[in-house]
Order: sequence, then C-alpha cells, then structure tokens
Amino acid sequence: MLLLQIDTAIILEKLILASVILLGSLGIAMYATWGERKVAAIMQDRIGPNRAGPLGLLQPLADGGKLFFKEEIIPDSATKFLFILGPALAMLTACMTSAVIPWGPDYVTESGHVVALQVADVNIGILYIFGVVSVGVYGMMLGGWASNNKFSLLSSIRAAAQAVSYELAFGISLVALLMMTGSLSMRDIVEQQHGFWADGYFTWNFFKQPLGFFIFLVCSFAELNRAPFDLAEAESELNMGYHLEYSSMKLGFYLFAEYINLFISSAVLATLYFGGYNFPFMDAVAAAVGPLLFTIISVLVLLTKVIGFILFFMFVRWTLPRFRYDQLMKLGWKSLIPLALFNMLLTGGLILWVFK
Amino acid sequence: MNLYEVLFWLLTVVAIGSALGVILSRNPVSSVLFLIVTFFAVSGHYVLMNAQFLAIVNIIVYAGAIMVLFLFVIMLMNLNADAEPQKNRLVQLAGVLSGGILFLVVLAALKTSSNNLLEQTATDIGLIKNLGMTLFTKFVLPFEISSVLFLSAMIGAVVLGKKGEPQK
Repeated sequence: MLLLQIDTAIILEKLILASVILLGSLGIAMYATWGERKVAAIMQDRIGPNRAGPLGLLQPLADGGKLFFKEEIIPDSATKFLFILGPALAMLTACMTSAVIPWGPDYVTESGHVVALQVADVNIGILYIFGVVSVGVYGMMLGGWASNNKFSLLSSIRAAAQAVSYELAFGISLVALLMMTGSLSMRDIVEQQHGFWADGYFTWNFFKQPLGFFIFLVCSFAELNRAPFDLAEAESELNMGYHLEYSSMKLGFYLFAEYINLFISSAVLATLYFGGYNFPFMDAVAAAVGPLLFTIISVLVLLTKVIGFILFFMFVRWTLPRFRYDQLMKLGWKSLIPLALFNMLLTGGLILWVFK
Repeated sequence: MNLYEVLFWLLTVVAIGSALGVILSRNPVSSVLFLIVTFFAVSGHYVLMNAQFLAIVNIIVYAGAIMVLFLFVIMLMNLNADAEPQKNRLVQLAGVLSGGILFLVVLAALKTSSNNLLEQTATDIGLIKNLGMTLFTKFVLPFEISSVLFLSAMIGAVVLGKKGEPQK
C-alpha cells in the first residue's frame, strides 16, 4: 500500500471500531423492533410477541428471515434504478451518523497507546450529523417518487416537507447549545459535561439548556417520522406511506433504517444534553477500578441513557395521537422556530452580560 | 501519485462527469440527482482543502435543502422525458453562444487574475474558527447586507403567497 501513507495500525483499529459500532447499532435496532412491540403490547394490555424463543426474543430474527425470503416485486411502471437506490440510501445515511458519536472515554493501554472510542473526531461533528440527516430525506423522496404511485409520492413529499421545516428549529436550538460549548466537536461537548456537578451547578447541558433540549427533542420526533409526527405513514390516509410499493428486504431496509435512526438520535440526544458517557462520581470510580473496566462502565452508562431515550420515544408513540398535517406545520413554523429564536437570544444575552 | 492526488482526480472526474450528466440527461429528476452528486464531489474538494465547515454547509444547504425543494417542484409537475417540449433551433443556438461567451469570459478572468494559488495540502483557512473570524471582522458589512437580502426574499415569498387569499 504505497498510496496510503497512513499507519496501517490506525486503519485496522478504526476498521474494527467501525464494524463493532455498525454491528452494535444493527443489533440494538433489531431488538428495538422487539422492544417496540412489547411496549405497545404492555400499553394495550396485550402480551406481545411470545412465540419465538423465551419472551419472544428470537422474533426479530424470524422477522428478518421472513423479509429475506419473501418475493421481490418491482412494479412495472417504477423507475428501476431509483426504486432500488431509495432504500439503499435510507440505510446508508442511517448507518453513517454513528461515525462521530463518542461512545466512551479514551482508553489508554499499558504501553501508552491511546484508543479513542470514536471513529472520527472531526471538528464539525455535530454539523456532520446534521448534514447526513438532511441527505437522509432523499431515501424517502426517491423511493416514493420512483414507485410511481400517488400515495407514495404524497407521502414522500409530506415526509420531506416535514423534515425540511423542522430542520430549521433543530438548527437554531443547536446554535444556542453551540454558543455555550464553543465547539462543534462531539468529543469536546462531552468532555465539557464531565461528571455531574461542578462549580455549584450541574455540568450536563440539559440543566443549562432545558428549553433548547425540549425543542431539539420535538424536532427529533419530526425528523424520525415517528408518532405523533408520523404523517408520512398515516395509514388511514395514505395506505402505508412512501414504502407502499416495496416488498421483501427493500421494505425491510426502510423499516430497519427507521430503528437505526431511532438509536442514533437517542445517542445524539444523550451525548449533547445528557452528558454522553459521563456519570456522577466518575472520578471516584475511575480511581477505584482499572482503566479497561472504567471504559466499559462508561460505554454501558451511555448505552443505558440511549435505551432510556428509545423507551421514551416508544412511550410517546403509543400514548399520543397523530397530529393533523396543518397542525404539524403550524407547530413547526409558528411555535418551535420563534421559541428556538427566543432561546438563542436568551442564551446569547446571558453569555454576554451575566456569565462573562 | 500520492493519496491526495488520487482523491483529487477521482473527485474531479466525478464532479465534471455528473455536471455533464445534469445537462445531458433527458429526465429532469435524474438531472437533479446528478446535480446532487456534483455538490457532493465539490464538498469532497473542500474537505481536501481542509475546509470541513464549507464542505458540510455546502451539503446541508444545497444538497439537503435547496435540491429537496427542486425535487418537490419537479416531482409535482410530473415532467417526463417525452413530455419535454422541443426547443427550436434558434433558441438552442442562442444558448450555445451565450454559454460559450460566458465560458470565455470566465477563462479570461482566471487567466489574467493575480490571485495566489492556495497551498492545498496545508491550509486551515476553511476551519470554522478562521472562517468566523474573517466573516465577522473583515467582511462584516457584506455579511450583514446579504442577510438583509435573505430577509427581503423571505418577505417577498410571504407577500406572493398571500396574494391569492380570498377576501372575507
């Protein structure tokens, strides 16, 4: 490899890390589908999946196998290339976001080698996520249009309009956070939230930006196309949504990408506002246990927070009714954007005059 | 050839190829998709110049928002290759001529310009900190004026949108 003048050890390390993260997020997304069905069942006083394995734990595998072996149908009037590109893009963008999330603190081996538990510490980490999310809209739009079905087209246009509208409030609520952190790197943002309590106040950004967190959370619901904002899949109006014409694993890709997105946005929420892998008394724990165990504990802490967010998303889905489309747009443009602007000005003013 | 040059040529071929695809493809939707690929290739060039902020903003704003709106319009108008009106020869000729002249002017301007070439491999001019400093010190007036321009475009859109509202 004369072309690549990079240390092969680094490439190998990153390759392993990326594979682990990718497989991990696929696994978590798989069990999120199981979790969703269980949560729905409990909320509706049912039992939920319980046939495949104990507690229905093998259900995701059975579902996946079923999707793989189903007949693959491409409609005659569909634009073939784009029809296939749509689900591929949806899956690709869903998997790409995990690259900049710091999954744990640096692990220093005994020989002094530093292993960063983050695939890429780019200095625009949060914007990278934003960019990938905004490109993710194409998966839905192309799929819906290429199916050559009116319902699919309407649904994909709904989804894209919703995503573009909510990106504004999303971005402005982030600006307020970034004014505080002074950095766009996910790692810096997490490091600043070290521990839980410092200098007489909480370190986690949630306690410094409660309004910003709220706006960010609502926008995540909209970006994820999840209830109460799942208008793209309103089955009573649109049959099923942009993936109406899809069958077999291409449908599976769309459905699965949604759960990967759910996992990643929970991770982003936990990282930006709930301290990432930081936890109370982490310095004491770090002093008491070895570095490897400490790293593992930190990763587990982050995963616990992520699973908490996933459960929250599910609880909301099964409790709130769906919004009407005009209500959705009104909420986005007339409530969230002014609120986000107010939050930004307030944060700016406080930084400028109160906490110099 | 080192890694940098390989990437540079790869991105250049993709950018020019997909830019040709924009004007050569018959279907407007594939034109838009080619344009998106072009934006990505250009963003790749920004990354090569270590201008990560510009790269990602190019993707967020152009590929992520503006091209989505383009797609909206084209998908709703249901333009197909066979429904495309045939333009007459005179219009085509005028297009070629004016495009050629523009190309010539740009070429002449580039050839005689005295701008120093950017040392591509070792510059941090495009990092967000340096960019922000430049924007808010040296170019603060043009920056603010362009924001007023955006505001007026927004107000214009609202006024146009309100026009057809029935009187109550």
